Amino acid sequence: MASAGAAARRDPPWLAISAITAAVAYMTLLLLLPLATVFLEAFRRGVETFLAAIGDPDAISAMQLTLLVAAIAAPANTVFGLAAAWAVTKFNFWGKSALVTLIDLPFSISPVISGLVFVLLYGAHGWFGPTLDALGIRVIFTVSALVLATTLVTLPFVARELIPLMQHQGSDEEAAAATLGAGLWRTFFFVTLPNVKWALTYGVLLCTARAMGEFGAVAVVSGHIRGETATMPLHVEILYNEFNAAAAFSVASVLALFALVALAVKSLLEVRFADELAAQRQR
Amino acid sequence: MTLIISNVVKSYGRTPVLRDVSLFAEDGEFLALLGPSGSGKTTLLRVIAGLETAEAGAVTFRDEDLLAAPVRRRRIGFVFQHYALFRHMTAADNVAFGMRAKPRAERKPAADIARRVEELLGLVQLEGLGGRYPSQLSGGQRQRVALARALAIEPRILLLDEPFGALDAKVRRELRRWLRGLHERTGLTTIFVTHDQEEALELADRVAVLKDGALEQVGTPEELYHDPASAFVFEFLGDAVRLPCTVEGRIAIIEGAGVPIIGGDVAAGAAIAYARPSDFDLAIGEGQGVQARVRTLSSAGTDARIECVLSDESVVEVRIGLAEAAKLAPRDRVTLRPRHVRVWR
Repeated sequence: MASAGAAARRDPPWLAISAITAAVAYMTLLLLLPLATVFLEAFRRGVETFLAAIGDPDAISAMQLTLLVAAIAAPANTVFGLAAAWAVTKFNFWGKSALVTLIDLPFSISPVISGLVFVLLYGAHGWFGPTLDALGIRVIFTVSALVLATTLVTLPFVARELIPLMQHQGSDEEAAAATLGAGLWRTFFFVTLPNVKWALTYGVLLCTARAMGEFGAVAVVSGHIRGETATMPLHVEILYNEFNAAAAFSVASVLALFALVALAVKSLLEVRFADELAAQRQR
Repeated sequence: MTLIISNVVKSYGRTPVLRDVSLFAEDGEFLALLGPSGSGKTTLLRVIAGLETAEAGAVTFRDEDLLAAPVRRRRIGFVFQHYALFRHMTAADNVAFGMRAKPRAERKPAADIARRVEELLGLVQLEGLGGRYPSQLSGGQRQRVALARALAIEPRILLLDEPFGALDAKVRRELRRWLRGLHERTGLTTIFVTHDQEEALELADRVAVLKDGALEQVGTPEELYHDPASAFVFEFLGDAVRLPCTVEGRIAIIEGAGVPIIGGDVAAGAAIAYARPSDFDLAIGEGQGVQARVRTLSSAGTDARIECVLSDESVVEVRIGLAEAAKLAPRDRVTLRPRHVRVWR
């Protein structure tokens, strides 16, 4: 009886099969195939060509630069994202909804524009350009510009992960902590932060991955100086434009690997702390 | 008087939530704030705790200005309606939180804290469950962890916001009795918010009824029930029937029948009389008094319950003897006469 009832309620098999097939085909075509191509192309001319391409001083410099930029942009946006999410979800103040909308702005505008605004501000003919020039400070075509542009583009990631969760959690626990005698910092580190640590981890990893892959904004402000201001995506483009496909794909595969490592870290954390996650989800 | 609330005013934007509320609590008293949603009872509780700021007025505890102190220095235990337990901490860590948050100089050694946590978990009958996370506890258990956590800071006052609001009826009744017992043991001045009049009347030493941000009446449950100050209090504390009437001295004329008025005097003229369903006598057929029709009869019990529909479609459930009820059938005409009424304009 029970099984007959369950069978009647189940969807017809063809529906499940076609839905799964469609999803797998879509993912394969758009995600897995291109990713596989990157790695296949990288190794097509042999391991030696691959090693030579990534061992090239300019390539190494590009990798270092990419990691440096991400290492500055991601922590900066983590601090900003936490502060913004805390302010927006736990306090009431004038202009709050405007701030929430502004946080999303880098998502909706083209990265090229994000790059151009810095040229407009700090470029030789920009608003602050002449002043900075007089002081001997150069921003555009330097590492500073790369960091600025990348930080702007990746600004929403952490805040966007945290705000919905913290809104959902409300501020009762913080209020409880206050009645129990906890100050602001204790409340933040012992109550607020542990409650959002998974969303925060996810946001930081996404932010890092995106910071390493940023192309549009960085392309505008970098000046493409090989070995100096060319990050990995820019270096890939330079190589590709020089018809050096093998080297381009080699560097691209390393870049893809960085992103995959970020995802792997996330999955590992999820497996390692599965019990704790499940316990929190039950609520 | 331990806790004195005087002339507290609070509004959200242009909406006033508390209008000039003054109230006091004696040492060790169990006080209920009763009112419908939006009456300002929770806001008043949060003002006392410091979770909301009052725009005007004062709150003092043993002559100390409470409003001048930040929340964390007030030492007021607060139990939230939805518990607000720290979800990533075990029950024991939740209870220990307040003790660990103390400045280093006042903090007890870890072993003392652990012992005190065990004691408190015992007090709320959760021995051995200290290692559980909030998600692994039932609603009633969570509420008791929240209570133990609030008691851990040795509060000077205990505030409970709808403490049984999220629990089912059976657990509610059990916890209610248990809380009353706990209060008798600890002797802590306690204020709790509820919208359930039965809960307020059963638990509290005194009940403060709020309406639209103002105090309507404060008194013992007996005073409130037997001597309500307004129609609002009368209607809020139990089933009420409203009947248009004309007042002549101490008599209310209701559809030709003269009914004695109890309670305060009302000037002669048109008014509204209020009665409880249990105050009605039922006569078969038409006569002087409120005309009604029988809708349903239920004789399963020591006496019969007759549901009567008045001309304005309102329903009154009257209890009469089984022998009398046997003479009645649905749709019969009956006359209802209250033995006494209260009258307000």
